[in-house]
Amino acid sequence: MKLLYFAWLRARIGCAEEEVELPPRVRDVAGLLDWLRSRGGGYAEALRDLSIVRVAVNQDYVGSEHPLREGDEVAIFPPVTGG
Amino acid sequence: MIRVQREDIDVGAALESLAAGNHHIGGVASFVGLVRNIGGADRVSALTLEHYSGMTEKKLAEIETEAHRRWPLDAVLIIHRYGRLAPGDRIVLVATASAHREAALAACHFLIDWLKTDAPFWKSEETPAGERWVEARTEDNAAREGWKLHP
Repeated sequence: MKLLYFAWLRARIGCAEEEVELPPRVRDVAGLLDWLRSRGGGYAEALRDLSIVRVAVNQDYVGSEHPLREGDEVAIFPPVTGG
Repeated sequence: MIRVQREDIDVGAALESLAAGNHHIGGVASFVGLVRNIGGADRVSALTLEHYSGMTEKKLAEIETEAHRRWPLDAVLIIHRYGRLAPGDRIVLVATASAHREAALAACHFLIDWLKTDAPFWKSEETPAGERWVEARTEDNAAREGWKLHP
């Protein structure tokens, strides 16, 4: 699965994108965020407050219960500030 | 029409092309967003806009479609820049064309409100205290929600 990070989440995690193999128990967005936090370091710091974390799957905003499938593009980023 | 670009926006040319050749159009409304030199209490010397290429175009196209659904519009144009910008530089142009001003003005206001909360752009400011990411404003979410009451 391809993961993308933007803005301060990218800076804290330390990379813009990565390919990961999810453990079988990770089935949805909430599970993915828990699993990433368990990696510690920049992941734990970046994902400490999920109220300021947004997730898009295949370029659409989704909630924490959204199921994940092999081949999804998952982007994790802060609330947007364009315009 | 949607454009996401690093280059500056030629507002005059963009507005002229929006209505060109369509004499049913009675008015063109526009909003131009600029880089401010103040962020909170600090002076801002430059701003860098990052975006999620692909999702940005997708969300802007959805917002454009929603505007067409709500108002009788002849044309919609959204041009948003990314990269490093200086105070006074143009960030975004939203323009709408319609037979009458009510639809053009309301749709233009709607488009910039929804763009602010839905299009995946992020601003980082350079200040004397260092570089920092701009935080989202709760007022922007309230402005977006307000349009739900006025379909």
